[in-house]
Amino acid sequence: MTSHTTTPLEYNTEQSQMNILGFWVFLGAEIVLFSTLFASYFVLEHNTADGPAGQDIFILKDVLIETFILLTSSFTSGLAIHSMRNHDKKGLLIWMIVTLLLGAGFLYMEINEFIHYVHEGATIQTSGFTAAFFTLLGTHGAHVTFGIIWISLLLVQVYRRGITEKTSSKLFISSLYWHFLDVVWIFIFTFVYLKGMVM
Amino acid sequence: MSAKSHGFPWNLLVGYILSIVLTLLAVFIAFNTDFSNNIIIWVIGILALFQAIIQLFMFMHVTEGKEGIINVINMVNSLILALIIIFGSIWVLTSGHASMH
Amino acid sequence: MSWDEFFVTGDPLILASQIGIGLTMVGLIALITYLKRWKWLWSEWFTTVDHKKIGIMYVLAGVLMFFRGGVDGLLMKAQTSRPELDILDAQHYDEIFTTHGVIMILFMAMPLLIGIMNVVIPLQIGARDVAFPKLNAFSFWIFFAGAMLFNLSFVIGGSPDAGWTSYFPLAGKEFTPGVGNNYYALSLQIAGIGTLATGINFVVTIIKMRAPGMSWMKLPIFTWSAFITNIIIVAAFPILTVALLFMTLDRLFGTHFFTVAAGGDPMLWLNLFWLWGHPEVYIVVLPAFGMFSEVIATFARKNLYGYKSMVYAIAGIAFLSMLVWVHHFYTMGNSAAVNSIFSLTTMMIAIPTGVKIFNWLFTLRKGRIQFTTSMLWSLAFIPCFTIGGVTGVMLAMAAADYQYHNTMFLVAHFHYVLIPGVVFAVFAALYYWWPKMFGFKLNEKIGKWHFWLFVIGFNLTFMPMFFVGLDGMSRRMYTYAESTGWGAWLGFSAIGSLVMAAGFAALCYNIYWSFRYASRDVGNDPWNARTLEWSTASPAPHYNFAVVPEVETLDDFWYKKKKGETGLKKADLKPVHMPSNSWTPIVLAGAFGLVGFFLVFEWIPLAIIAAVGIVIGLVANTFDYDDGYHIPVDELEEEEREWRGDLE
Ligand code: HEM
Ligand SMILES: [Cu+2]
Repeated sequence: MTSHTTTPLEYNTEQSQMNILGFWVFLGAEIVLFSTLFASYFVLEHNTADGPAGQDIFILKDVLIETFILLTSSFTSGLAIHSMRNHDKKGLLIWMIVTLLLGAGFLYMEINEFIHYVHEGATIQTSGFTAAFFTLLGTHGAHVTFGIIWISLLLVQVYRRGITEKTSSKLFISSLYWHFLDVVWIFIFTFVYLKGMVM
Repeated sequence: MSAKSHGFPWNLLVGYILSIVLTLLAVFIAFNTDFSNNIIIWVIGILALFQAIIQLFMFMHVTEGKEGIINVINMVNSLILALIIIFGSIWVLTSGHASMH
Repeated sequence: MSWDEFFVTGDPLILASQIGIGLTMVGLIALITYLKRWKWLWSEWFTTVDHKKIGIMYVLAGVLMFFRGGVDGLLMKAQTSRPELDILDAQHYDEIFTTHGVIMILFMAMPLLIGIMNVVIPLQIGARDVAFPKLNAFSFWIFFAGAMLFNLSFVIGGSPDAGWTSYFPLAGKEFTPGVGNNYYALSLQIAGIGTLATGINFVVTIIKMRAPGMSWMKLPIFTWSAFITNIIIVAAFPILTVALLFMTLDRLFGTHFFTVAAGGDPMLWLNLFWLWGHPEVYIVVLPAFGMFSEVIATFARKNLYGYKSMVYAIAGIAFLSMLVWVHHFYTMGNSAAVNSIFSLTTMMIAIPTGVKIFNWLFTLRKGRIQFTTSMLWSLAFIPCFTIGGVTGVMLAMAAADYQYHNTMFLVAHFHYVLIPGVVFAVFAALYYWWPKMFGFKLNEKIGKWHFWLFVIGFNLTFMPMFFVGLDGMSRRMYTYAESTGWGAWLGFSAIGSLVMAAGFAALCYNIYWSFRYASRDVGNDPWNARTLEWSTASPAPHYNFAVVPEVETLDDFWYKKKKGETGLKKADLKPVHMPSNSWTPIVLAGAFGLVGFFLVFEWIPLAIIAAVGIVIGLVANTFDYDDGYHIPVDELEEEEREWRGDLE
């Protein structure tokens, strides 16, 4: 590859262009999926039955830390792709590993947060509100978990094969996924936590 | 496009700083202003949308590649679907007898 | 759970089927072993990534499911043919209309339409396969796993019985504690993954793999309709995913999404189900519009009237299809504003649909019409579907719907939409594209029997339902009193269903007959048709096109034929890249099916163990760097010579 080419390596083959496009289409489906979860949450959020409501249990500080961790991980995965486009394998690996560590930190905090809620008497079976809350958050968390495992496997491939047409398009796609999860979190932060604590 | 990547990733840094600032701004508006709840929700909602747009353009390179325009159409379409699903469901399920359980 | 709870027992009908299914399975396995066909099956079919073979498997599965769903329909018709019969008791009737509805929509209509899309679309756009061949195989196998899981409920554990709409609270654990509705939630979830993957696959295929020169307004109309259908799939199926997830959580893990008890909301289920469900009916009907358009243009010997208006009409319908879902539950107690707005949007759909009816009529006008079997289906479609559409507009008026809602009038309406719009279309498509799939035509004479029996039977079956419906008979009634006076109508209807069944038998006989005796000498273009799939051999070679065609106009092949430019230049041949077969799709789908099965019975630890299979499949998949293989030029040349004679 010379530096004269105008499009990055991951767009080199027809197949990788299709993979990237296909992933965007998939993200469209994911937007619908999360919208449905949000819609259900908004419908059920005041149905707390005998259980606690959002403002009784949410802790701003913890949620803010989770948010900053995820925002930062989105930034570092951007840096990883930036390194990849400069054919800097080491940079790619390092920034992606940082991203995954941040992802793991986020998960750790989220699990602790859930444990805290359970102690406060809010389990997934408590009320319409908790069902919708835990399912929305849980779906996001499951995505993050999946992303960590998936990207780890991709990093093994990069480590073995280097930055090639195939590995680069896989990594680029995984970064789209990661950014997307960050976007979903921003909406969770805004419409679940902030809204829940204000209203 | 690739030419840009060689230099310092300014757009990433700017995007990152903006998203931190927007998040803090949302927290500030939510807790330290006396707007009505309704206004607060709208304002922080719009801030969230801004953040999404930042991620899309500065981090995810949505317009990149031959299919850039298709990606943008896809995202706009998904946004419309999201609004239909969310506002539609709320409207249908919280107006009329349906809301009086 | 004890064994007599595990197997459905006690009913001679079911016992007979259990024995029948058992014997058939043993027989099949013995036969394949005797013929030494396992290896062939594995390498030619189970691991194939060829869109044509996948399409054929979809069609086969769809026809089988049509049989199962049809038997359910006949049983219901038998039960209500006279007042106060007890062929089926109430519980059994509940199970049967539930499985009938689910199977017809999700396991008959969907695979048949997706199967035909699979066979036709890559050929129609001049591509060698779909964008993601391996994903395509996965779509099929996971759909199949879901379908089989659903059918298993019949013999193991008990069938779902809360209607194909599975409304809560009835579908909740409290009122239906058996495993039947677990089957519903999990098998639909599993099959839905496959459908979503198909949607993504075809959207990308059609965007990226069109032959050079085939700009959007030169796209064959069936491909257009399929493109928009797949966009709706991507938009709508995730909603079902979430709804079914909630249902599963409620039933298996005691959450309260839909139970009134702890602040759940049963109406949320209705809302989500129909947010998916209405787009779903367009998912099954739009491809049909495209199929009829191709058939009508071919056999009227004219180009399609108002091609562009047709495209806009399909797009318009797609957009409106996301805005009408409430018309399925006007009587739920929505505010007047909600009902009014959704009445309006619903009626608006009649406009683009009407446009299409006129397009077909004008295409026929002054055409030199050939009454082939597939054309007959298309012609019968127009008036029958119009009856369905007009009664649909009646139902669209919220105030009037309070009268029609959940009556047999509604049942008649949607069968008048779905049977012409899906079944007639699939029949038309099968007669039309059969030579491209198998290299021989279905017999036209038996085809006419199939046609007349089915169409007459269809009208006899469903027309009376309009009248008993207006007379107050509600749907899902397993029996009725003599004094209602419905006996005569429903007796007629039952006879009609037998005539329709005879039509289906004629189709099966036709397939058998044609397979044995039909001429294999059909040429590449037996109907003198217009689109690219007819420019290559019948059956289509595994590489589809020796040389990727270049397109200049709409119906390019038609004009090329006129100009005599359909030959193949030897110098243009280049090695063709093909994807390799893969075992991951079928194994992965099997693991999903197993997880589903264990979850149905709430054996969580077993489900977790089976889920390891899914993880292994996915990991194997991401490390798979297989690049496919190339077909060398001499092989291409040889195959092309076989049907073209000499090359240029
Ligand atoms: C083969 C001929 C068919 C016959 C004889 C038939 C007959 C019936 C009958 C008798 C009912 C139940 C009426 C009631 O008691 O409420 C029914 C319901 C239904 N049918 Fe069919 N039908 C046929 C084909 C189809 C097809 C092709 C489709 C869809 C593509 C379909 C979709 C449905 C659905 C969705 C229901 C509603 C199930 C429910 O109430 O949950 N049917 N059909
Ligand atoms: Cu509808």
